[in-house]
Amino acid sequence: MSTVLEKEPPKKKDLSTDEFIKGLWKENPVFVQVLGMCPVLAVTNTASNALAMGLATAFVLLMSNILISALRNFIPKQVRISSYILIIATFVTIIDYVIQAISVELHKSLGAFISLIVVNCLILSRAEAFASKNTIGKSIMDALGMGVGFTFGLLCLGVVRELLGSKSLFGFQVFPDQFQDWIVMILPAGGFFTLAFWLLIFNVFKSKKISS
Amino acid sequence: MNNEPLWGIFLNACLINNFVLAYFLGICPFLGVSGKVDTATKMGGAVTFVMLISAVCGYGIHSLLVFIDAPFLQLISYIVVIASTVQLVEMIIKKMSPSLFQALGIFLPLITTNCAILGLVLFQTNKGYDLLQSVFYALGAGAGFTIALLLMAGLREQMEFAEVPNVVKGTVLTLLIGGILSLTFMGFSGLNG
Repeated sequence: MSTVLEKEPPKKKDLSTDEFIKGLWKENPVFVQVLGMCPVLAVTNTASNALAMGLATAFVLLMSNILISALRNFIPKQVRISSYILIIATFVTIIDYVIQAISVELHKSLGAFISLIVVNCLILSRAEAFASKNTIGKSIMDALGMGVGFTFGLLCLGVVRELLGSKSLFGFQVFPDQFQDWIVMILPAGGFFTLAFWLLIFNVFKSKKISS
Repeated sequence: MNNEPLWGIFLNACLINNFVLAYFLGICPFLGVSGKVDTATKMGGAVTFVMLISAVCGYGIHSLLVFIDAPFLQLISYIVVIASTVQLVEMIIKKMSPSLFQALGIFLPLITTNCAILGLVLFQTNKGYDLLQSVFYALGAGAGFTIALLLMAGLREQMEFAEVPNVVKGTVLTLLIGGILSLTFMGFSGLNG
């Protein structure tokens, strides 16, 4: 028995900044965990859409993580998933109306994908894997890290797709008029290719690290 | 109200605006369960079934919410209906075929968080379909999802024998195939005219 226990040293180092940083890089939701792919591919045809979607998701993630972590001792185990989804759906409804109030245009271009934040696997997986087991403070850091990491991942795709697909960035033209637009980049197929391209770069980096 | 013909709705949801390859809905099972043709077929069947029930319930709920004038409850009530339908399907499959239950594993409860289903109900509300149109829309979307999943599974089974560099293996390869499939499906947009 004792040998088994010795093999797993207790992790004393629970600095909350660690929870924040892991979401940015080591457990990046887009590039490492490959979670919540639907919005990643669907709304990243322009950089501003990607940014708005990332921030909206981060907000829902943060609020639901706080609430779920606060209620973690009161939610019965059998109905926990349904309770989480209800909590998430409430916050998504809020952000849906908020975005509509801020900019009707943005709301139109994101379309049904704001409502679809409810079924973003990332949020549910953080609720189940982290917020339901940890204190509020830690859950906040976790949500912030994951949220920023997710926004970063969306931006990575959005910037590439907007630059190549419509030669602009956040709506401002970057490339000269002679540049031939890569129409495929704003089409659905471009989403798949861009994400594959980023994952490929990540994999190459990882394999270099291991071999060196 | 929407006057699209039924076959048009079916074809539109199934091929032209395929849920997986054009709307990016249901990508998680598309990447996750598409390893074997057999599992993919059954997953497609389960999703189609849940879609059908959710579409009918969604239509009823929408009418009710319009009646009591509470549109902000839409999202919450839809997700509750979908979650309960998935629970029902899970129980049926567990009882009928434990081996299939094993094969689908974690992806069965995850149908709840399959964006394709919530997306379907939301789109049908936005487009103002009536009951029969909703049913055809759900059937088309389910068929489209199954087709995409099957194509992917078939291609991936063949890829097992191909030699690919280590860095491309796994998700990257699947995404590249998905991209090519998506390009192929764009060819169907000509049907729209």
